[in-house]
Amino acid sequence: MKKKLLCLAAALATVAVSSAIQAETVKIGFLNTFSGRAAVFGKHQKDGFELALDQLGRKVGGRDVKVIYGDDQRKPDAARQEVDAMLKKDRVNFVVGITWSNILAAVQKPVVRSKTFLISTNAGWSGMAGKQCSPYFFSTSWNNDQTPESMGKLLQDEAVDNVYLLTANYQAGKDMLAGFQRYYKKGIAGKILYKLGQTDYQAEISQVRAAKPGAIFGFFPGGMGIAFVKQYKAAGLDKTVPLYTVFTVDHMTLKGHGKAAIGTFHTNYWDLDSSNPVNQRFIKDFVKKYGYHPSHFAAQAYDAPLLIDSAVRAVNGDLSNKDGMRDAMRKADFESIRGKFTYNTNHIPIQNFYKREVVADAEGNPKIVTRGVVFEKHKDAHYKDCKMKW
Amino acid sequence: MDLSLLLFEQTLNGIQFGVFLFLIAAGLTLVFGIMNLVNLAHGALYMMGAYVGATVFGWSGSFLLAAVAVVPAMMIFGALVERVALRTLYERDHMDQVLATFGLILFFNELVRIVWGPESQPMPIPEALSGHIEILSGVPYPTFRIVIIGVGLAVAAALYVLISRTRLGMLIRAGASNRPMVGALGVNIRLLFTLVFGLGAVLAGLSGVMAGPLLAVEPGMGEDMLVLSFVVIVIGGIGSIRGALVASILVGIVETVGRSILPVMLEAVVSNEAAQTAGPALASMLIYVVMAAVLFFRPEGLFSARTG
Amino acid sequence: MLSKVQITALLFLGVGLLVVPPVTSWLDAPFYVSLFARIMIFAIAVVSLDLILGYGGMVSFGHAAYLGIGAYAVAIPSYYGIDNGYLQLALALGGSALVAFVIGLVSLRTSGLYFIMITLAFTQMLFFLGISLEEYGGDDGINTNRSELLGLDLYDETTFYYLIFGFLVFCLAVSYRLVHSRFGRVIRGIHANEARMQAIGYPTFRYKLAAFVIAGAMCGIAGFLLGNLTEFITPEYMSWFRSGEIMIMVLMGGMGTIFGSVFGALAYISLEEFIPDFLDWFGDGLGQHWPIVLGPLLVVLVLFAKGGLWGLLSRRDK
Repeated sequence: MKKKLLCLAAALATVAVSSAIQAETVKIGFLNTFSGRAAVFGKHQKDGFELALDQLGRKVGGRDVKVIYGDDQRKPDAARQEVDAMLKKDRVNFVVGITWSNILAAVQKPVVRSKTFLISTNAGWSGMAGKQCSPYFFSTSWNNDQTPESMGKLLQDEAVDNVYLLTANYQAGKDMLAGFQRYYKKGIAGKILYKLGQTDYQAEISQVRAAKPGAIFGFFPGGMGIAFVKQYKAAGLDKTVPLYTVFTVDHMTLKGHGKAAIGTFHTNYWDLDSSNPVNQRFIKDFVKKYGYHPSHFAAQAYDAPLLIDSAVRAVNGDLSNKDGMRDAMRKADFESIRGKFTYNTNHIPIQNFYKREVVADAEGNPKIVTRGVVFEKHKDAHYKDCKMKW
Repeated sequence: MDLSLLLFEQTLNGIQFGVFLFLIAAGLTLVFGIMNLVNLAHGALYMMGAYVGATVFGWSGSFLLAAVAVVPAMMIFGALVERVALRTLYERDHMDQVLATFGLILFFNELVRIVWGPESQPMPIPEALSGHIEILSGVPYPTFRIVIIGVGLAVAAALYVLISRTRLGMLIRAGASNRPMVGALGVNIRLLFTLVFGLGAVLAGLSGVMAGPLLAVEPGMGEDMLVLSFVVIVIGGIGSIRGALVASILVGIVETVGRSILPVMLEAVVSNEAAQTAGPALASMLIYVVMAAVLFFRPEGLFSARTG
Repeated sequence: MLSKVQITALLFLGVGLLVVPPVTSWLDAPFYVSLFARIMIFAIAVVSLDLILGYGGMVSFGHAAYLGIGAYAVAIPSYYGIDNGYLQLALALGGSALVAFVIGLVSLRTSGLYFIMITLAFTQMLFFLGISLEEYGGDDGINTNRSELLGLDLYDETTFYYLIFGFLVFCLAVSYRLVHSRFGRVIRGIHANEARMQAIGYPTFRYKLAAFVIAGAMCGIAGFLLGNLTEFITPEYMSWFRSGEIMIMVLMGGMGTIFGSVFGALAYISLEEFIPDFLDWFGDGLGQHWPIVLGPLLVVLVLFAKGGLWGLLSRRDK
């Protein structure tokens, strides 16, 4: 009898102690695409995210961190299920990650409804920046329109006329054109919305050549970009029509593009050659840990633990003080890979955008270099639809 | 540039795309026709060819070597897959074959991802073939695409010779129209099937290595071509190489010319706004509409080879 | 008829599903309610496919289309402020039936691979149509409210769970009666030998079309429920990959077995959930490579377990 009582007491004590420890651990649910064709996006973001956690000593604000990984398989209902598990089974304090806008649109409701913080390390769905903005949502990336807006401004400023528009026929693709045309007001030579998943662009290239445009503005995500740029070069179109892209050439796809990408231009908010010392240290540590150069996906995900750390630190580990954490996050008071920045009212970063060119390095391999600033402290276009004020 | 010239160029583009499709579809229709096997993993074979090609090209710097290396590599790989996984499927119904080969797709995509990583593999156009030839004045056509047309037509010719002039070809044709009879006549059906599947794999792999310099070599690239190649063999008629050639050129032209003129045609009929939305949507559906139309009038495809 | 083992298994399953909400609530694991809700919804889709695929031999690669139509039947009215569940359900049933009628009319003239391809083609067309409908979000998808039906609060996960259970039982019952009726026997006869059925005098095309429409409408119910569950719809629900997954579930459960559908959905979705965790056990990060396990597993299942889980249960009896 005594032995049984002792065992019971020990068991209860263990439970009490472990639940006390539980109260101290910050649980972060990391949702991304880890399987299927788009698994590379999840990999890059996980690598950046993990590096930041390592550098923080696997603690945020002095508390231990437990990460629960979820694979959304790029499917909205699978994503919903993962998020459900994170919220109800694992009881996470933060949901972080998400590559795709439609996944973000699918999961934001339950996360926000449960008053859990949702941090997007990539997805820039405009709904979240505007009408559906939420005090629980923060972005360490951007709003989808910001990048094409900067391209529009670039071509407007450089007085490039008669631009041919090429984009994929789906929501994000149309958003790219909308953002571009918000700032580019000169002549449009033509517009093609190609089929999502298309790999042969010879027909489009012929049409573009026939229109004799001053430049091409293109959006070709993932493998489609590699196909288009290779074919654009092969057709010799680069000799007469310069190519300006967004979300097409980056450090994830550069190796796949190879020399074909040399001579093309793009705009974005971050790259390897930014002299910001936090960025340089991030890149060095990233290469040391993983053996490859980070892409902007990794960089964005790297900022997330730092953001969370600033929040938890500010409330001294009291995770129930959500208002306190929010106030801290709003200050963006952490060392970001993009340098010092501020948050807009809708919790989207106000940041700079730069012109980039792909050139050949000493061995003839492609290298991305920065050619100047397009936008300083650029706000997204949707914050006026957001009812939050602070 | 005037419209007729553009139309001509688009037709040429369509033919080139069609010939490329033929390279992929030929193997598929051969395997289906002879062995009655619906092989969804054909796209995976195409992917393996691209990866082998990219890897050999990366080591040696010679595209020719890469293309040549693909042939024995795919023959062995195809034979292996056939012996290990597919042999038992010949007697099963199509549904089983669809599901089993679907499982193979999952497996190969993941395998490739584990071995080579999820990023796209570099595979540039070989220097010698990166120029252009002026077919018409003012229209520089990529040399590499002309090479693809050449290879495709050469393969078509070689297949024709193989099928209609050699003993193996005779066995293939006999097996396609009446398999049990061929077995009863004492032919080693098992060996025949392994050979045919290997041939199909080589064709798939060859199309993969030819595609590599123009597309992204990445996991899942096979699925991009899968649906289109099935559309081709369905329109062409299962088991018919001639059907595959005709159908792939047809599909190539419809896909290419169709999506360039459809939006223009629509703009003449409906408002600009509607044309902007409907045009691209219809263009992506066009090939399915054509297939449905063909099947409506000829449910067995244009040149079905099946007799017994 | 049903073996003793099968009946026992069925009872077990039925009771098991019934007690999921209270049990998980007691275990403080409410997440499993939505997991099992999703399993039951897919079970409805699976049994609807089994009707035409398992019994009728019609390998439709476009079945996911009705999942999408049912889901959009919730989302589009909701977008305009109409959350009336009766209306949405009627739209889901009617829309799916109509689309199935049109697709069937064109496709059922063909057979074999041709049939597979043409049904696939139609799904792709719907998929691309969905993507281009910007008004309803295109591929970004569209959020929706849960329906108002029978005065129930569908936002209460438990209430919704039992509603789904009710629909599942209804669909299973209807399917069971259908395949054991004269109509069902004709369909099975057509599958076995269409020429013979025609010789006897049956208008086989009409029977096949009817079965096709019924199956489509039933899958529309699953779509209606799925849209409500996820509160979010994208054209991705109609992709051919989805159709493939439903087919896999039919296979896993057992083709041509009504009740196998529940086991099939249970097995596939559980595997989807647990293979990654299982792999992670062996090494951190291995979980993401789950297709490398699922792929060969599928091949093995096809080759050796034709009767599916349900078939396994019947063999045990002997």
